[in-house]
Amino acid sequence: MLRYLLKRLAVLVPTFIGVSIIAFTFIRLLPGDPVALMSGERVMSPERHAMISHELGYDRPVVIQYLDYLRGVVTGDFGNSIVTKQPILDQFLTLFPATLELSFCAIIFAIVLGIPAGIFAAIKRGTFWDQTIMGTALVGYSMPIFWWGLLLIIFFSGILQWTPVSGRISLLYFFPPVTGFMLIDSLLSGQAGAFKSAVSHLILPTIVLGTIPLAVIARQTRSAMLEVLGEDYVRTARAKGLSPFRVVGIHALRNAMIPVITTIGLQVGVLLAGAILTETIFSWPGIGKWMVDSVFRRDYPVIQGGLLMIAGIIMVVNLIVDLLYGLINPRIRH
Amino acid sequence: MADPSTAQPISLDPSRRRQLAEFWYYFSENRGAVIGFWLFVLLVIVALLAPLIAPHLPYEQYRDAVLVPPFWEDGGQAAFPLGTDPVGRDMLSRLLYGARYSLFIGVVVTTIALVGGIFIGVIAGYFGGWIDTVIMRIMDVILAFPSLLLALVLVAVLGPGLTNAMIAIALVLQPHFVRLTRAAVMTEKGREYVTAARVSGAGSLRLMFRTILPNTTAPLIVQATLSFSSAILDAAALGFLGMGAQPPTPEWGTMLAEAREFILRAWWVVTFPGLAILITVLAINLVGDGLRDALDPKLKRS
Repeated sequence: MLRYLLKRLAVLVPTFIGVSIIAFTFIRLLPGDPVALMSGERVMSPERHAMISHELGYDRPVVIQYLDYLRGVVTGDFGNSIVTKQPILDQFLTLFPATLELSFCAIIFAIVLGIPAGIFAAIKRGTFWDQTIMGTALVGYSMPIFWWGLLLIIFFSGILQWTPVSGRISLLYFFPPVTGFMLIDSLLSGQAGAFKSAVSHLILPTIVLGTIPLAVIARQTRSAMLEVLGEDYVRTARAKGLSPFRVVGIHALRNAMIPVITTIGLQVGVLLAGAILTETIFSWPGIGKWMVDSVFRRDYPVIQGGLLMIAGIIMVVNLIVDLLYGLINPRIRH
Repeated sequence: MADPSTAQPISLDPSRRRQLAEFWYYFSENRGAVIGFWLFVLLVIVALLAPLIAPHLPYEQYRDAVLVPPFWEDGGQAAFPLGTDPVGRDMLSRLLYGARYSLFIGVVVTTIALVGGIFIGVIAGYFGGWIDTVIMRIMDVILAFPSLLLALVLVAVLGPGLTNAMIAIALVLQPHFVRLTRAAVMTEKGREYVTAARVSGAGSLRLMFRTILPNTTAPLIVQATLSFSSAILDAAALGFLGMGAQPPTPEWGTMLAEAREFILRAWWVVTFPGLAILITVLAINLVGDGLRDALDPKLKRS
C-alpha cells in the first residue's frame, strides 16, 4: 500500500508542476504589457514603468520569476488581487466554504437519489420503470444546467414564490461567520428563522449542481448492479434461499459499489466546473463566481492563483479516491 | 456544414457492407438510439434549410413587437409563432439559425480534438518511452483542470468570441482522444498482423496510421459522439457567461444570456433556447449510447 501511495505521489508532483507552469505562463501569454496589467495602471511614465517592473520583479529572468512564484505558492503566498489588493489565499479561504457547502449538499442529493434509482432500474431491468429512470437520467445528463437553474427560478421563485432567487441567506439575518458554512452558522447564531432561510436559499442551487452527478451516479449504479447480479456468487446466494432484499442489498450491492465510489470521486471536477455556472446564476458567493468575476475584471493574479488552487484540490481528491479504491479493491494495487 | 456521421464511401465492398448491416442491426435494436438518430437528422436538415424555413431574418428587429408572447398565449401573434425577444426579433427564426451554430461548433470542435488527439495518441502509443511519458504528463495537466474553467480562462486569454471558444473547448476535450488512441495502439502494437507488416517492410508512418489505426476506431467513434455533445454544451455555457459567441449572434447560449434579466417577465425568451440545447444534446447522447452498445464486442454476443 505504501509503495502504491509513493508511486501515485511521484506522478502527482510533475503534474502539479505542469499545472503551476500553465497558471504562471498564462499571464505572460496575454496580449499587452504584463506590468501595466499587474499594476492595474494604464498610462505610466517610463521611469514609473521601470520602478513597478522592478517592484514586481519583472526585470528578472522568467525562470527566476517562476521559481519565486512557486516558492510563494508552497508557503501559501499566492500574491494579491489587483482589484481588492487583498491576499488571494485569504479571499479563497473566505469564499471556499460557500462552494464546499453547496457541493457537499449537491453530491449528497445526487447519492441519495441516484444510488436507489440505479439499483431499482437494475432490478426492474427492461421494464417501464427501468426505461423511465434511465430516460430521465439521460435527460439530466444532457442538461444545460445554466438553463435548468433559470427554469427552476421561473417556477419556484417566480410562479410559486417558494424560494429566494439569489444569495446564501436573507438580508434580515446577520451574524459573524464562525465556520463559513451557512447551515451551521445560522444554527449557532440562535436567530429564529435564520436556519430556515439558509436552507431555502440552498435548495435550488443544490438541485441544479447535483443534477449531472445524479444522472451519472444513477447510470453507473445500474450498470454496475447489472454486472454483479449476473455473477455466480449472487446466484449461489439466491439458491441458498436468502431473501431478495438480502441478496441485492448485501451480496450484490457491496461489490457493485466499488465502481460507483470511483464515479462519485470523479464528480469533484464536475462539481467545481458546475459551480462556475450555478454560482453565477444564483449569485452564490463561492469560488466559481469569484473566478468568473475575476475573468471579467481581468484580475489576472486571482485567475492564476484560483486555477492553481482548484486544480490542486481536484488532484488531491482524485488521489484520495484512488487510495480508497486501492483499499476496497486490493487487486488494483499491483 | 457537413455531417460527419452520414459521410460514407460511395462504393462499398461486400464485407464492408455486411459490417454496416450488422452494425445497423445492433444499433436499431436500441429504440432510443434510433429516435436520437432521426432527431439529429432533423436538426441537420433544419440547420441546412434555416434561410428557407425561417419566417424572419434572425437579426431583424420589429420595434413595435417587443416581447410578444407565443401564439397560444394572450396577445400572441401568428407572425411570431414562438414570440419575440426584448428587441423584437422573432424567436423561432433565431432558434432555427441557432441550430447552424450549434452543429457547426460540434463538428469543428470534435474534428480538431479528434484529429489532434489521434495524432498525438498514436505517436505516444507507438513510440512509448520518454516521448510517451512527456505527452501523457501534459495530458494529465490539462485534465487536472475542470474543463469549463480551463476553457473559460483560455478564452479570457485569447479574447471572447466563438472561434476562440471553439479552440479552447477542442483543446480541453483532446486529451480524452489521446488517452483512448494511445491505449488502443499499445494493445494492437504487439499483435501478429503488425509484426507481419513490419517484417514486410512497412515504415513507422504506415504502421501507425494505415495498419494499426483502423483497428482502434470503435472507442474513438463513441468518444467523438460524447465530445460532440460536450462541445455544444460547453460552447453554450461560454456563450451564457458572455465569453463565447457575442450578441447579436443567434447562438442558443448567447440568447439565454441576453434573456436572463427577463426571466420573471417573459418565460419564452428563456425557455426555448435552453430547450433547443437540451434536445440537441439529448439526441446526440442517445446516439452515443446506441453506438456504444452496438460497437462494444463484449455486449454484442450476449
